[in-house]
Amino acid sequence: MRLYAWIAAYAFRRYSTYRVAALSAAFTNTIFGFIRAGVLIALWHSRPSLGGYDVTDAVTFSFLTQALIEPVRIFGGSLDLTERIRTGDIAIDLHRPADLQGWWLADDIGRSGFALLSRGTIPLLGGSLVFSLRWPAPAGWAAFAGAVLLALLVSFGLRYLVSLVVFWLHDDRGIHGISLVTSMFFSGLIVPLVVFPGRLGTVAHLLPWAALIQLPADVFLGKRTDLLHVYAFQAGWAVALIAAGRLLTMTARRRLVVNGG
Amino acid sequence: MVETVRIYLLLAGTWMRSAAQYPASMAMLLVTQAVTTSLDLLAILIMFAHTPRLGGFSLPEVMFLYGSAGVAVSVADIVLGTVERLGEHIRQGTLDTLLLRPVSPLVQIATEDFNPRRMGKLVPTGTVLVLALTRIDTTWTPSRVLTVPLMLAGGIGIFCALWVLSAAWQFAVVDGKQAGNSITYGGAYLTQYPLSVFGREALRGLTWVLPLAFVNWEPALYVLGRPDPLGLPLVFRFASPLVAVVLSAVAALAWRTGLRHYRSTGS
Repeated sequence: MRLYAWIAAYAFRRYSTYRVAALSAAFTNTIFGFIRAGVLIALWHSRPSLGGYDVTDAVTFSFLTQALIEPVRIFGGSLDLTERIRTGDIAIDLHRPADLQGWWLADDIGRSGFALLSRGTIPLLGGSLVFSLRWPAPAGWAAFAGAVLLALLVSFGLRYLVSLVVFWLHDDRGIHGISLVTSMFFSGLIVPLVVFPGRLGTVAHLLPWAALIQLPADVFLGKRTDLLHVYAFQAGWAVALIAAGRLLTMTARRRLVVNGG
Repeated sequence: MVETVRIYLLLAGTWMRSAAQYPASMAMLLVTQAVTTSLDLLAILIMFAHTPRLGGFSLPEVMFLYGSAGVAVSVADIVLGTVERLGEHIRQGTLDTLLLRPVSPLVQIATEDFNPRRMGKLVPTGTVLVLALTRIDTTWTPSRVLTVPLMLAGGIGIFCALWVLSAAWQFAVVDGKQAGNSITYGGAYLTQYPLSVFGREALRGLTWVLPLAFVNWEPALYVLGRPDPLGLPLVFRFASPLVAVVLSAVAALAWRTGLRHYRSTGS
Protein backbone atom coordinates (compact mmCIF):
# COMPACT_ATOMS: atom_id res chain seq x y z
CA MET A 1 0.00 0.00 0.00
CA ARG A 2 2.86 2.35 0.83
CA LEU A 3 4.22 1.88 -2.65
CA TYR A 4 0.98 3.14 -4.21
CA ALA A 5 0.92 6.14 -1.85
CA TRP A 6 4.42 7.00 -3.07
CA ILE A 7 3.38 6.66 -6.72
CA ALA A 8 0.42 8.97 -6.12
CA ALA A 9 2.59 11.51 -4.29
CA TYR A 10 5.19 11.53 -7.07
CA ALA A 11 2.50 11.88 -9.74
CA PHE A 12 1.13 14.86 -7.85
CA ARG A 13 4.62 16.41 -7.81
CA ARG A 14 5.26 15.63 -11.44
CA TYR A 15 2.05 17.28 -12.59
CA SER A 16 2.47 20.25 -10.27
CA THR A 17 5.71 21.14 -12.10
CA TYR A 18 3.75 22.62 -14.98
CA ARG A 19 2.06 25.41 -13.09
CA VAL A 20 1.98 28.00 -15.86
CA ALA A 21 0.39 25.50 -18.23
CA ALA A 22 -2.22 24.59 -15.59
CA LEU A 23 -2.94 28.25 -14.91
CA SER A 24 -3.32 29.07 -18.58
CA ALA A 25 -5.65 26.11 -19.09
CA ALA A 26 -7.71 27.11 -16.05
CA PHE A 27 -8.02 30.57 -17.55
CA THR A 28 -9.47 29.11 -20.74
CA ASN A 29 -11.82 26.86 -18.72
CA THR A 30 -13.09 29.99 -16.98
CA ILE A 31 -13.67 31.82 -20.28
CA PHE A 32 -15.58 28.80 -21.63
CA GLY A 33 -17.58 28.78 -18.39
CA PHE A 34 -18.72 32.32 -19.14
CA ILE A 35 -19.59 31.56 -22.77
CA ARG A 36 -21.58 28.43 -21.88
CA ALA A 37 -23.29 30.28 -19.05
CA GLY A 38 -24.34 32.99 -21.53
CA VAL A 39 -25.90 30.43 -23.85
CA LEU A 40 -27.66 28.55 -21.05
CA ILE A 41 -29.00 31.82 -19.59
CA ALA A 42 -30.64 32.49 -22.96
CA LEU A 43 -32.18 29.00 -22.96
CA TRP A 44 -33.43 29.23 -19.35
CA HIS A 45 -34.74 32.69 -20.09
CA SER A 46 -37.33 31.16 -22.41
CA ARG A 47 -37.80 27.97 -20.31
CA PRO A 48 -37.30 29.10 -16.68
CA SER A 49 -37.52 25.69 -14.97
CA LEU A 50 -36.24 23.40 -17.73
CA GLY A 51 -35.11 20.00 -16.46
CA GLY A 52 -35.72 21.00 -12.84
CA TYR A 53 -32.93 23.59 -12.97
CA ASP A 54 -33.38 27.34 -12.55
CA VAL A 55 -31.09 29.97 -14.10
CA THR A 56 -28.71 29.96 -11.11
CA ASP A 57 -28.41 26.17 -11.33
CA ALA A 58 -27.67 26.37 -15.05
CA VAL A 59 -25.00 29.05 -14.58
CA THR A 60 -23.39 27.14 -11.69
CA PHE A 61 -23.49 24.00 -13.84
CA SER A 62 -21.54 25.78 -16.60
CA PHE A 63 -18.66 26.65 -14.30
CA LEU A 64 -18.80 23.33 -12.50
CA THR A 65 -18.39 21.36 -15.74
CA GLN A 66 -15.38 23.49 -16.63
CA ALA A 67 -13.92 22.85 -13.18
CA LEU A 68 -14.33 19.08 -13.56
CA ILE A 69 -13.07 18.75 -17.17
CA GLU A 70 -9.47 18.10 -16.17
CA PRO A 71 -9.93 16.15 -12.91
CA VAL A 72 -12.13 13.59 -14.75
CA ARG A 73 -10.24 14.17 -18.02
CA ILE A 74 -13.12 14.59 -20.44
CA PHE A 75 -10.64 15.35 -23.24
CA GLY A 76 -8.09 12.85 -21.92
CA GLY A 77 -8.91 9.71 -23.88
CA SER A 78 -6.32 7.46 -22.27
CA LEU A 79 -3.44 7.29 -19.81
CA ASP A 80 0.27 7.80 -20.49
CA LEU A 81 0.23 4.02 -20.42
CA THR A 82 -0.84 4.04 -24.09
CA GLU A 83 2.53 5.37 -25.17
CA ARG A 84 4.35 2.77 -23.08
CA ILE A 85 2.36 -0.04 -24.69
CA ARG A 86 3.14 1.27 -28.15
CA THR A 87 6.85 1.66 -27.54
CA GLY A 88 7.13 -1.68 -25.74
CA ASP A 89 8.20 -0.10 -22.43
CA ILE A 90 5.19 -1.92 -21.02
CA ALA A 91 7.39 -5.02 -20.78
CA ILE A 92 9.35 -3.31 -17.99
CA ASP A 93 6.12 -2.26 -16.23
CA LEU A 94 4.86 -5.83 -16.29
CA HIS A 95 8.03 -7.04 -14.58
CA ARG A 96 7.69 -4.62 -11.71
CA PRO A 97 6.66 -6.11 -8.38
CA ALA A 98 3.50 -4.03 -8.46
CA ASP A 99 0.08 -4.44 -9.98
CA LEU A 100 -0.12 -2.70 -13.36
CA GLN A 101 -3.63 -1.38 -12.89
CA GLY A 102 -2.95 -0.37 -9.27
CA TRP A 103 0.18 1.48 -10.35
CA TRP A 104 -1.67 3.54 -12.92
CA LEU A 105 -4.63 4.15 -10.63
CA ALA A 106 -2.29 5.56 -8.00
CA ASP A 107 -0.59 7.67 -10.67
CA ASP A 108 -3.96 8.97 -11.85
CA ILE A 109 -5.09 9.83 -8.32
CA GLY A 110 -1.97 11.93 -7.86
CA ARG A 111 -2.63 13.65 -11.17
CA SER A 112 -6.26 14.39 -10.38
CA GLY A 113 -5.29 15.71 -6.95
CA PHE A 114 -3.29 18.49 -8.53
CA ALA A 115 -5.94 18.99 -11.23
CA LEU A 116 -8.62 19.52 -8.58
CA LEU A 117 -6.49 22.10 -6.79
CA SER A 118 -5.55 24.07 -9.89
CA ARG A 119 -8.05 23.47 -12.66
CA GLY A 120 -10.92 22.66 -10.32
CA THR A 121 -10.93 25.84 -8.28
CA ILE A 122 -10.21 28.70 -10.67
CA PRO A 123 -13.29 28.42 -12.97
CA LEU A 124 -15.64 28.39 -9.95
CA LEU A 125 -13.87 31.36 -8.36
CA GLY A 126 -13.88 33.24 -11.67
CA GLY A 127 -17.56 32.54 -12.19
CA SER A 128 -18.46 33.65 -8.67
CA LEU A 129 -16.86 37.05 -9.30
CA VAL A 130 -19.54 37.84 -11.90
CA PHE A 131 -22.52 35.63 -11.06
CA SER A 132 -23.99 34.56 -7.76
CA LEU A 133 -23.55 30.80 -7.94
CA ARG A 134 -25.40 28.15 -5.94
CA TRP A 135 -23.03 26.85 -3.25
CA PRO A 136 -23.75 23.74 -1.22
CA ALA A 137 -24.00 23.67 2.57
CA PRO A 138 -21.09 21.99 4.48
CA ALA A 139 -22.86 18.62 4.33
CA GLY A 140 -23.39 19.19 0.61
CA TRP A 141 -19.65 19.72 0.15
CA ALA A 142 -18.95 16.40 1.84
CA ALA A 143 -21.51 14.66 -0.38
CA PHE A 144 -19.99 16.35 -3.43
CA ALA A 145 -16.48 15.23 -2.43
CA GLY A 146 -17.70 11.64 -2.33
CA ALA A 147 -19.31 11.95 -5.77
CA VAL A 148 -16.15 13.48 -7.25
CA LEU A 149 -13.98 10.71 -5.81
CA LEU A 150 -16.21 8.08 -7.39
CA ALA A 151 -16.25 10.08 -10.66
CA LEU A 152 -12.44 9.92 -10.69
CA LEU A 153 -12.58 6.12 -10.34
CA VAL A 154 -15.11 5.77 -13.19
CA SER A 155 -12.99 8.07 -15.34
CA PHE A 156 -9.90 5.99 -14.61
CA GLY A 157 -11.78 2.78 -15.37
CA LEU A 158 -12.80 4.11 -18.78
CA ARG A 159 -9.40 5.48 -19.73
CA TYR A 160 -7.55 2.37 -18.61
CA LEU A 161 -9.71 0.31 -20.97
CA VAL A 162 -9.04 2.72 -23.84
CA SER A 163 -5.31 2.49 -23.15
CA LEU A 164 -5.31 -1.29 -23.20
CA VAL A 165 -6.97 -1.36 -26.61
CA VAL A 166 -3.55 -0.39 -28.00
CA PHE A 167 -2.41 -3.96 -27.33
CA TRP A 168 -4.70 -4.96 -30.20
CA LEU A 169 -4.91 -1.82 -32.36
CA HIS A 170 -1.61 -0.26 -33.21
CA ASP A 171 -3.10 3.06 -34.21
CA ASP A 172 -5.01 4.35 -31.22
CA ARG A 173 -6.20 7.63 -32.73
CA GLY A 174 -9.50 6.22 -33.96
CA ILE A 175 -10.50 4.83 -30.56
CA HIS A 176 -9.36 8.10 -28.98
CA GLY A 177 -11.68 10.00 -31.26
CA ILE A 178 -14.61 7.79 -30.31
CA SER A 179 -13.87 8.07 -26.60
CA LEU A 180 -13.59 11.85 -26.92
CA VAL A 181 -16.96 12.20 -28.65
CA THR A 182 -18.80 9.95 -26.20
CA SER A 183 -17.30 11.49 -23.09
CA MET A 184 -17.90 15.07 -24.29
CA PHE A 185 -21.50 14.41 -25.20
CA PHE A 186 -22.71 11.91 -22.59
CA SER A 187 -21.02 13.55 -19.62
CA GLY A 188 -23.22 16.64 -19.97
CA LEU A 189 -20.33 18.91 -20.93
CA ILE A 190 -21.94 20.10 -24.18
CA VAL A 191 -25.48 20.38 -22.80
CA PRO A 192 -26.61 19.28 -19.33
CA LEU A 193 -28.11 15.78 -19.46
CA VAL A 194 -31.28 17.12 -17.77
CA VAL A 195 -32.02 18.92 -21.06
CA PHE A 196 -31.68 15.79 -23.25
CA PRO A 197 -35.12 15.03 -24.63
CA GLY A 198 -37.09 11.81 -24.01
CA ARG A 199 -35.41 8.46 -24.40
CA LEU A 200 -32.03 9.99 -25.20
CA GLY A 201 -32.09 11.55 -21.73
CA THR A 202 -33.05 8.28 -20.06
CA VAL A 203 -30.28 6.36 -21.82
CA ALA A 204 -27.68 9.07 -21.21
CA HIS A 205 -28.42 8.98 -17.48
CA LEU A 206 -27.66 5.24 -17.38
CA LEU A 207 -24.30 5.36 -19.16
CA PRO A 208 -21.02 5.57 -17.22
CA TRP A 209 -20.26 9.06 -18.50
CA ALA A 210 -23.19 10.41 -16.48
CA ALA A 211 -21.13 9.57 -13.39
CA LEU A 212 -18.35 11.93 -14.47
CA ILE A 213 -19.96 15.38 -14.43
CA GLN A 214 -23.76 15.28 -14.36
CA LEU A 215 -24.11 13.33 -11.10
CA PRO A 216 -21.46 15.24 -9.11
CA ALA A 217 -23.05 18.47 -10.38
CA ASP A 218 -26.51 17.32 -9.31
CA VAL A 219 -25.17 16.54 -5.86
CA PHE A 220 -23.43 19.93 -5.74
CA LEU A 221 -26.64 21.72 -6.69
CA GLY A 222 -28.67 19.70 -4.19
CA LYS A 223 -30.82 18.14 -6.92
CA ARG A 224 -30.00 14.64 -5.79
CA THR A 225 -30.41 13.95 -2.10
CA ASP A 226 -30.74 10.19 -2.57
CA LEU A 227 -27.00 9.92 -2.07
CA LEU A 228 -27.04 6.17 -1.67
CA HIS A 229 -28.51 5.78 -5.13
CA VAL A 230 -26.02 8.18 -6.68
CA TYR A 231 -23.04 6.56 -4.98
CA ALA A 232 -24.28 3.07 -5.81
CA PHE A 233 -24.63 4.00 -9.49
CA GLN A 234 -21.16 5.52 -9.63
CA ALA A 235 -19.52 2.76 -7.60
CA GLY A 236 -21.28 0.14 -9.73
CA TRP A 237 -19.78 1.51 -12.91
CA ALA A 238 -16.38 2.01 -11.27
CA VAL A 239 -16.27 -1.62 -10.13
CA ALA A 240 -17.53 -2.94 -13.48
CA LEU A 241 -15.04 -0.91 -15.50
CA ILE A 242 -12.08 -1.64 -13.26
CA ALA A 243 -12.94 -5.34 -13.23
CA ALA A 244 -13.14 -5.31 -17.02
CA GLY A 245 -9.73 -3.62 -16.99
CA ARG A 246 -8.30 -6.43 -14.84
CA LEU A 247 -9.65 -9.07 -17.19
CA LEU A 248 -8.30 -7.29 -20.21
CA THR A 249 -4.90 -6.89 -18.52
CA MET A 250 -4.70 -10.66 -18.05
CA THR A 251 -5.56 -11.30 -21.67
CA ALA A 252 -3.10 -8.68 -22.86
CA ARG A 253 -0.33 -10.16 -20.74
CA ARG A 254 -0.67 -13.42 -22.63
CA ARG A 255 -0.79 -11.65 -25.94
CA LEU A 256 2.25 -9.44 -25.52
CA VAL A 257 5.25 -10.21 -27.66
CA VAL A 258 8.12 -7.81 -27.20
CA ASN A 259 10.51 -7.55 -30.08
CA GLY A 260 13.97 -7.13 -28.67
CA GLY A 261 16.85 -5.46 -30.41
CA MET B 1 3.95 36.24 -51.79
CA VAL B 2 3.49 33.90 -54.77
CA GLU B 3 6.64 32.09 -53.72
CA THR B 4 5.31 31.70 -50.16
CA VAL B 5 2.08 30.18 -51.47
CA ARG B 6 4.01 27.84 -53.75
CA ILE B 7 6.17 26.61 -50.88
CA TYR B 8 3.13 26.29 -48.63
CA LEU B 9 1.39 24.08 -51.17
CA LEU B 10 4.53 22.05 -51.74
CA LEU B 11 5.00 21.35 -48.03
CA ALA B 12 1.30 20.68 -47.45
CA GLY B 13 1.31 18.24 -50.39
CA THR B 14 4.30 16.41 -48.97
CA TRP B 15 2.59 15.97 -45.60
CA MET B 16 -0.55 14.79 -47.40
CA ARG B 17 1.43 12.12 -49.21
CA SER B 18 2.83 10.93 -45.91
CA ALA B 19 -0.63 10.81 -44.31
CA ALA B 20 -2.00 8.87 -47.29
CA GLN B 21 0.28 5.95 -46.38
CA TYR B 22 -2.24 5.07 -43.66
CA PRO B 23 -5.59 5.34 -45.47
CA ALA B 24 -7.72 3.60 -42.81
CA SER B 25 -6.41 5.80 -40.06
CA MET B 26 -6.85 8.86 -42.26
CA ALA B 27 -10.50 8.06 -42.96
CA MET B 28 -11.22 7.36 -39.30
CA LEU B 29 -9.67 10.66 -38.25
CA LEU B 30 -11.66 12.54 -40.88
CA VAL B 31 -14.90 11.03 -39.62
CA THR B 32 -14.19 11.56 -35.92
CA GLN B 33 -13.21 15.16 -36.62
CA ALA B 34 -16.48 15.73 -38.47
CA VAL B 35 -18.48 14.10 -35.66
CA THR B 36 -16.73 16.11 -32.93
CA THR B 37 -17.52 19.30 -34.79
CA SER B 38 -21.15 18.24 -35.18
CA LEU B 39 -21.58 17.91 -31.41
CA ASP B 40 -22.01 21.68 -31.14
CA LEU B 41 -24.71 21.45 -33.77
CA LEU B 42 -26.41 18.68 -31.83
CA ALA B 43 -26.32 20.92 -28.76
CA ILE B 44 -28.10 23.66 -30.70
CA LEU B 45 -30.73 21.20 -31.93
CA ILE B 46 -31.32 19.90 -28.40
CA MET B 47 -31.80 23.43 -27.12
CA PHE B 48 -34.25 24.22 -29.90
CA ALA B 49 -36.21 21.10 -28.97
CA HIS B 50 -37.23 23.09 -25.88
CA THR B 51 -37.67 26.57 -27.27
CA PRO B 52 -38.63 28.04 -30.66
CA ARG B 53 -36.22 30.95 -30.19
CA LEU B 54 -32.86 31.43 -28.50
CA GLY B 55 -32.17 35.03 -27.51
CA GLY B 56 -34.85 36.06 -30.03
CA PHE B 57 -33.29 34.11 -32.92
CA SER B 58 -34.98 31.23 -34.76
CA LEU B 59 -33.35 27.88 -35.52
CA PRO B 60 -32.48 28.70 -39.19
CA GLU B 61 -30.94 31.97 -38.04
CA VAL B 62 -28.77 30.30 -35.41
CA MET B 63 -27.84 27.65 -38.02
CA PHE B 64 -26.74 30.49 -40.27
CA LEU B 65 -24.49 31.83 -37.50
CA TYR B 66 -23.21 28.32 -36.69
CA GLY B 67 -22.47 27.61 -40.35
CA SER B 68 -20.79 30.91 -41.13
CA ALA B 69 -18.65 30.86 -37.99
CA GLY B 70 -17.88 27.19 -38.54
CA VAL B 71 -16.73 27.65 -42.13
CA ALA B 72 -14.53 30.60 -41.16
CA VAL B 73 -12.93 28.66 -38.30
CA SER B 74 -12.50 25.49 -40.35
CA VAL B 75 -10.74 27.23 -43.23
CA ALA B 76 -8.46 29.14 -40.85
CA ASP B 77 -7.77 25.90 -38.99
CA ILE B 78 -6.95 24.10 -42.25
CA VAL B 79 -4.60 26.87 -43.37
CA LEU B 80 -2.69 27.46 -40.16
CA GLY B 81 -4.27 25.76 -37.15
CA THR B 82 -1.05 23.97 -36.26
CA VAL B 83 0.80 27.22 -35.50
CA GLU B 84 -0.53 26.76 -31.97
CA ARG B 85 2.17 24.11 -31.57
CA LEU B 86 4.81 26.82 -31.41
CA GLY B 87 5.28 26.41 -27.64
CA GLU B 88 6.11 22.72 -28.06
CA HIS B 89 8.69 23.56 -30.72
CA ILE B 90 10.27 26.12 -28.42
CA ARG B 91 10.34 23.74 -25.46
CA GLN B 92 11.81 20.87 -27.44
CA GLY B 93 14.28 23.07 -29.26
CA THR B 94 12.92 22.07 -32.67
CA LEU B 95 12.14 25.68 -33.56
CA ASP B 96 15.88 26.15 -34.01
CA THR B 97 15.86 23.52 -36.76
CA LEU B 98 13.02 25.31 -38.51
CA LEU B 99 14.91 28.60 -38.34
CA LEU B 100 17.88 27.07 -40.14
CA ARG B 101 15.81 26.28 -43.22
CA PRO B 102 15.33 28.90 -45.92
CA VAL B 103 11.53 28.94 -45.50
CA SER B 104 9.42 31.06 -43.16
CA PRO B 105 9.00 29.21 -39.84
CA LEU B 106 5.32 30.21 -39.88
CA VAL B 107 4.78 28.33 -43.15
CA GLN B 108 6.72 25.35 -41.85
CA ILE B 109 4.65 25.05 -38.66
CA ALA B 110 1.39 25.78 -40.47
CA THR B 111 1.89 22.95 -42.94
CA GLU B 112 3.18 20.53 -40.32
CA ASP B 113 1.23 17.29 -40.21
CA PHE B 114 -1.08 18.62 -42.93
CA ASN B 115 -3.63 15.97 -43.70
CA PRO B 116 -7.20 15.56 -44.92
CA ARG B 117 -8.39 15.23 -41.34
CA ARG B 118 -8.38 19.00 -41.22
CA MET B 119 -11.19 19.00 -43.79
CA GLY B 120 -13.33 17.10 -41.28
CA LYS B 121 -14.55 20.32 -39.74
CA LEU B 122 -15.44 21.91 -43.05
CA VAL B 123 -17.87 19.21 -44.19
CA PRO B 124 -20.55 19.55 -41.48
CA THR B 125 -20.20 23.31 -41.08
CA GLY B 126 -20.31 23.93 -44.84
CA THR B 127 -23.38 21.72 -45.22
CA VAL B 128 -25.18 23.56 -42.42
CA LEU B 129 -24.31 26.93 -43.93
CA VAL B 130 -25.76 25.95 -47.31
CA LEU B 131 -28.89 24.53 -45.66
CA ALA B 132 -29.33 27.62 -43.49
CA LEU B 133 -28.98 29.92 -46.51
CA THR B 134 -31.97 28.21 -48.12
CA ARG B 135 -34.04 28.29 -44.92
CA ILE B 136 -33.57 31.76 -43.46
CA ASP B 137 -36.50 34.08 -43.81
CA THR B 138 -35.10 37.14 -45.57
CA THR B 139 -35.54 39.03 -48.83
CA TRP B 140 -32.47 38.30 -50.92
CA THR B 141 -31.38 41.63 -52.41
CA PRO B 142 -28.10 41.75 -54.41
CA SER B 143 -26.35 43.55 -51.55
CA ARG B 144 -27.42 40.87 -49.07
CA VAL B 145 -26.20 38.12 -51.38
CA LEU B 146 -22.85 39.90 -51.74
CA THR B 147 -22.51 40.31 -47.98
CA VAL B 148 -22.27 36.53 -47.52
CA PRO B 149 -18.92 36.00 -49.32
CA LEU B 150 -17.67 39.25 -47.78
CA MET B 151 -18.53 37.88 -44.35
CA LEU B 152 -16.81 34.55 -44.98
CA ALA B 153 -13.65 36.22 -46.29
CA GLY B 154 -13.56 38.54 -43.28
CA GLY B 155 -14.26 35.71 -40.84
CA ILE B 156 -11.50 33.53 -42.29
CA GLY B 157 -9.07 36.45 -42.11
CA ILE B 158 -9.99 37.25 -38.51
CA PHE B 159 -9.54 33.64 -37.35
CA CYS B 160 -6.22 33.32 -39.21
CA ALA B 161 -5.02 36.43 -37.40
CA LEU B 162 -6.26 35.10 -34.04
CA TRP B 163 -4.38 31.84 -34.56
CA VAL B 164 -1.15 33.66 -35.31
CA LEU B 165 -1.71 35.92 -32.28
CA SER B 166 -2.28 32.92 -30.02
CA ALA B 167 0.96 31.42 -31.36
CA ALA B 168 2.92 34.67 -30.98
CA TRP B 169 1.81 34.84 -27.34
CA GLN B 170 3.70 31.58 -26.75
CA PHE B 171 6.97 33.35 -27.56
CA ALA B 172 6.31 35.25 -24.31
CA VAL B 173 4.76 32.41 -22.30
CA VAL B 174 6.03 29.07 -23.61
CA ASP B 175 3.49 27.04 -21.63
CA GLY B 176 0.63 29.38 -22.50
CA LYS B 177 -0.89 27.42 -25.39
CA GLN B 178 -4.11 26.66 -23.54
CA ALA B 179 -4.71 30.31 -22.64
CA GLY B 180 -4.36 31.10 -26.34
CA ASN B 181 -7.14 28.61 -27.00
CA SER B 182 -9.55 30.94 -25.25
CA ILE B 183 -9.47 33.32 -28.21
CA THR B 184 -9.27 30.73 -30.99
CA TYR B 185 -11.51 27.87 -29.81
CA GLY B 186 -13.37 30.20 -27.44
CA GLY B 187 -14.01 32.58 -30.32
CA ALA B 188 -15.08 29.68 -32.53
CA TYR B 189 -17.60 28.54 -29.94
CA LEU B 190 -18.87 32.02 -29.12
CA THR B 191 -19.58 33.09 -32.70
CA GLN B 192 -21.93 30.11 -33.26
CA TYR B 193 -24.53 31.93 -31.19
CA PRO B 194 -26.24 35.32 -31.51
CA LEU B 195 -23.79 37.55 -29.64
CA SER B 196 -26.68 39.45 -28.06
CA VAL B 197 -27.28 36.53 -25.67
CA PHE B 198 -24.07 37.44 -23.86
CA GLY B 199 -25.33 40.89 -22.87
CA ARG B 200 -24.52 44.42 -23.98
CA GLU B 201 -21.24 44.72 -22.07
CA ALA B 202 -19.85 41.57 -23.67
CA LEU B 203 -21.14 42.73 -27.04
CA ARG B 204 -19.23 46.01 -26.70
CA GLY B 205 -16.06 44.13 -25.76
CA LEU B 206 -16.49 41.78 -28.71
CA THR B 207 -16.84 44.74 -31.05
CA TRP B 208 -14.15 47.12 -29.84
CA VAL B 209 -11.59 45.02 -27.95
CA LEU B 210 -11.60 41.51 -29.43
CA PRO B 211 -13.48 42.09 -32.70
CA LEU B 212 -15.21 38.70 -32.92
CA ALA B 213 -18.46 40.50 -33.73
CA PHE B 214 -17.11 40.99 -37.26
CA VAL B 215 -16.65 37.26 -37.91
CA ASN B 216 -20.35 36.89 -38.63
CA TRP B 217 -22.54 38.81 -36.19
CA GLU B 218 -22.42 42.26 -37.82
CA PRO B 219 -22.78 41.05 -41.44
CA ALA B 220 -25.42 38.51 -40.38
CA LEU B 221 -27.54 41.28 -38.88
CA TYR B 222 -27.59 42.87 -42.33
CA VAL B 223 -28.35 39.63 -44.16
CA LEU B 224 -31.15 38.80 -41.73
CA GLY B 225 -32.49 42.36 -41.83
CA ARG B 226 -32.23 42.85 -38.07
CA PRO B 227 -31.39 46.04 -36.16
CA ASP B 228 -28.07 46.25 -34.33
CA PRO B 229 -28.65 46.05 -30.54
CA LEU B 230 -25.78 48.50 -30.04
CA GLY B 231 -27.16 50.86 -32.72
CA LEU B 232 -23.86 50.95 -34.65
CA PRO B 233 -23.88 52.68 -38.06
CA LEU B 234 -24.68 50.63 -41.17
CA VAL B 235 -21.08 50.68 -42.38
CA PHE B 236 -20.13 48.30 -39.54
CA ARG B 237 -22.09 45.49 -41.22
CA PHE B 238 -19.60 45.52 -44.11
CA ALA B 239 -16.43 46.16 -42.10
CA SER B 240 -15.40 42.48 -41.67
CA PRO B 241 -12.68 42.41 -44.39
CA LEU B 242 -11.21 45.69 -43.10
CA VAL B 243 -11.16 44.37 -39.52
CA ALA B 244 -9.48 41.20 -40.82
CA VAL B 245 -6.75 43.25 -42.52
CA VAL B 246 -6.08 45.37 -39.42
CA LEU B 247 -6.05 42.34 -37.12
CA SER B 248 -3.72 40.48 -39.50
CA ALA B 249 -1.32 43.43 -39.41
CA VAL B 250 -1.36 43.33 -35.60
CA ALA B 251 -0.80 39.56 -35.66
CA ALA B 252 2.08 39.87 -38.13
CA LEU B 253 3.69 42.52 -35.94
CA ALA B 254 3.29 40.35 -32.84
CA TRP B 255 4.74 37.30 -34.60
CA ARG B 256 7.74 39.22 -35.91
CA THR B 257 8.41 40.84 -32.56
CA GLY B 258 8.26 37.45 -30.90
CA LEU B 259 10.55 35.85 -33.44
CA ARG B 260 13.06 38.69 -33.23
CA HIS B 261 13.31 38.38 -29.46
CA TYR B 262 13.41 34.60 -29.49
CA ARG B 263 16.45 33.08 -27.87
CA SER B 264 16.88 29.37 -28.04
CA THR B 265 16.11 27.44 -24.87
CA GLY B 266 19.84 26.94 -24.55
CA SER B 267 21.40 24.02 -22.77
